[in-house]
Amino acid sequence: MNGVTVPLAVPDRPVNGVALTIVILLFILVAALGFLAARWRRGEETGLHSLDEWGLGGRGFGTWVTWFLLGGDLYTAYTFVAVPAAMWATGAVSGFFAVPYTIVLYPIVFLLMSRLWSVSHRHGFVTPADFVGGRYGSRTLSLAVAVTGIVATMPYIALQLVGIKAVLTVLGLGSAENVLLTDLPLIIAFVVLAAYTYTSGLRAPALIAVVKDLLIYLAVIVAVIYLPIKFGGWDNIFGAAQTKLGTVNPATGRPAGVFIPGAASYSAYWTLALGSALALFMYPHSITGVLATKSRNTIRKNAAVLPLYSLMLGFLALLGYVAIYAGTKPIDLNGAVNPQLVVPQLFLDHFPAWFAGIALAAIAIGALVPAAIMSIAAANLFTRNIYRDFIKPEATPKEEASVSKIASLVVKFGALIFVIAMDQSAAINMQLLGGIWILQTFPAIVAGLYTRWFHRWALFAGWAAGILYGTIAAYNVVNPVTKANFGGSIAAIPGTDVQVYIAVVAFAINLIVAAVLTAVFRAMKLPEGMDITRRSDYGADENDPKVAEIQREYPLAEPGPTV
Amino acid sequence: MSSPDVPTRGPARPGPYIIAGVLLAVAIVVPLFVPGYSFDNPRLGGMPFFYWYQMMWIPVTACLVGISYWLVSKEDRRRREAVQARRIGGQE
Repeated sequence: MNGVTVPLAVPDRPVNGVALTIVILLFILVAALGFLAARWRRGEETGLHSLDEWGLGGRGFGTWVTWFLLGGDLYTAYTFVAVPAAMWATGAVSGFFAVPYTIVLYPIVFLLMSRLWSVSHRHGFVTPADFVGGRYGSRTLSLAVAVTGIVATMPYIALQLVGIKAVLTVLGLGSAENVLLTDLPLIIAFVVLAAYTYTSGLRAPALIAVVKDLLIYLAVIVAVIYLPIKFGGWDNIFGAAQTKLGTVNPATGRPAGVFIPGAASYSAYWTLALGSALALFMYPHSITGVLATKSRNTIRKNAAVLPLYSLMLGFLALLGYVAIYAGTKPIDLNGAVNPQLVVPQLFLDHFPAWFAGIALAAIAIGALVPAAIMSIAAANLFTRNIYRDFIKPEATPKEEASVSKIASLVVKFGALIFVIAMDQSAAINMQLLGGIWILQTFPAIVAGLYTRWFHRWALFAGWAAGILYGTIAAYNVVNPVTKANFGGSIAAIPGTDVQVYIAVVAFAINLIVAAVLTAVFRAMKLPEGMDITRRSDYGADENDPKVAEIQREYPLAEPGPTV
Repeated sequence: MSSPDVPTRGPARPGPYIIAGVLLAVAIVVPLFVPGYSFDNPRLGGMPFFYWYQMMWIPVTACLVGISYWLVSKEDRRRREAVQARRIGGQE
């Protein structure tokens, strides 16, 4: 993607004053909302001085707030920018799989997440690693889940910044000569984000998500009606895409992309969709969104209404084809083609300046919301599963909240340095690895929701095997043009030539290792570990008594084990 | 276990769960069956079948999940009420 393009003339990017003013005004509005959010539905007694309040917004979000929060959380700037970019560059297999991916996602969420909600609600779990620790009585397994979550989330946050940067570049901010000046707007935006996340916790992104989504829906609805009319209908647009993607690229000797997948790409297409869907709700930020809801059914109800976002995602993906017809030229500051700029550039070229400002602000704010939730989720993992489990077991809720606040700052600035100091394609490669890694926590988390059959050490060994295979296989994918490692997420199943998403093979290896070793360890009668959950926890709802209260009713029983 | 496992729900009737499971399985398997829709024709308003068919499955899935929600939450409510009735009726 980078480095191969013959430097074209560095574009003369004038600052678009009207669009920039609108972006700045909307950003100020959002920042003000972020700080005001601290007062919204604030806990009466504790303020924001516990993880339940700061890190989960008081666990009280109803259907509507959750709809906006999860929508803002799952459909990130990366989706809005990178999916159309992939459609523009290589077509359906690398881009449009996002549609079946976000379709099969919701039946899976429906099946799994209400049980996780119930058990977490009863035991006060804040992170997926809390649940794994409580279920298997294994701090090692819980640490593995926590570290995987933190490591996989960092490049995801970095990619949100790449999205904001794309908007700023298109607006004409920054130059190739002055590095500090180029990144200054990004740094300012990020410092403000860090400040309101610190003060308001999860309430800030929940409130901002409402504004963000209204802007995005407006921009997308206008774009999919106005642009095809302007360009003479979808016939022209799909015709141009078919021609471009079918043209043979002299560097590889193969067509530039895929317009409609042939038999050879079937397995890649559906494994990308399924693997991504299984992985998405293992990311700590998705689980944070789930646990912040008020009742068990909130999340199920949302599984039925969230697909509205997928419809928008589908149309946004098609904007990549619209840009092909429109002849959009996504030239970065260094003169190279950067597909990530396609959608912002398309908006700026073909909308009136004021509306382009709204649409670009929607993309930039769309990056801030998930970045905030991700940093909160990673911070909660650090606080609960590293700080409390390994450093200070007797930490009070107040201490936990302050550790988490500081950790969220560290995570965000880590991502900022990542984007400024490193090549952006490094962030994309890390993100690809992140998806492969996070799927390896699936057996420990999901199997535990239904059965206690798996042995904790077998799950740990499966996790390690999956991570090892996934990392090596991803490293061995070489980009045919740049000859760089980590060139893609598709590889052949070992011993065959069936091309599939690497994460899915790693996941299969993980499951096989976990199942075989469980049988072995059970035969050896290795200790199982203490399970603090019980059957009734998995169906509990908001009005059912919490476990702590049940224990108070039976004072003669010995106190439960501490986690 | 340090205290008795107080059930939050009564025993389940399998019917609603089986129907919901089938609906959800359809919503997962059909969109992933690529050979079933990887064609150009028939086009709809200039959009190849491959693209509009997948977009069409978004509202279909929403309906399937919605029906499952209705079935499962109704049964869930019945199971909870069964437990509460027993608790009030008994000496606890």
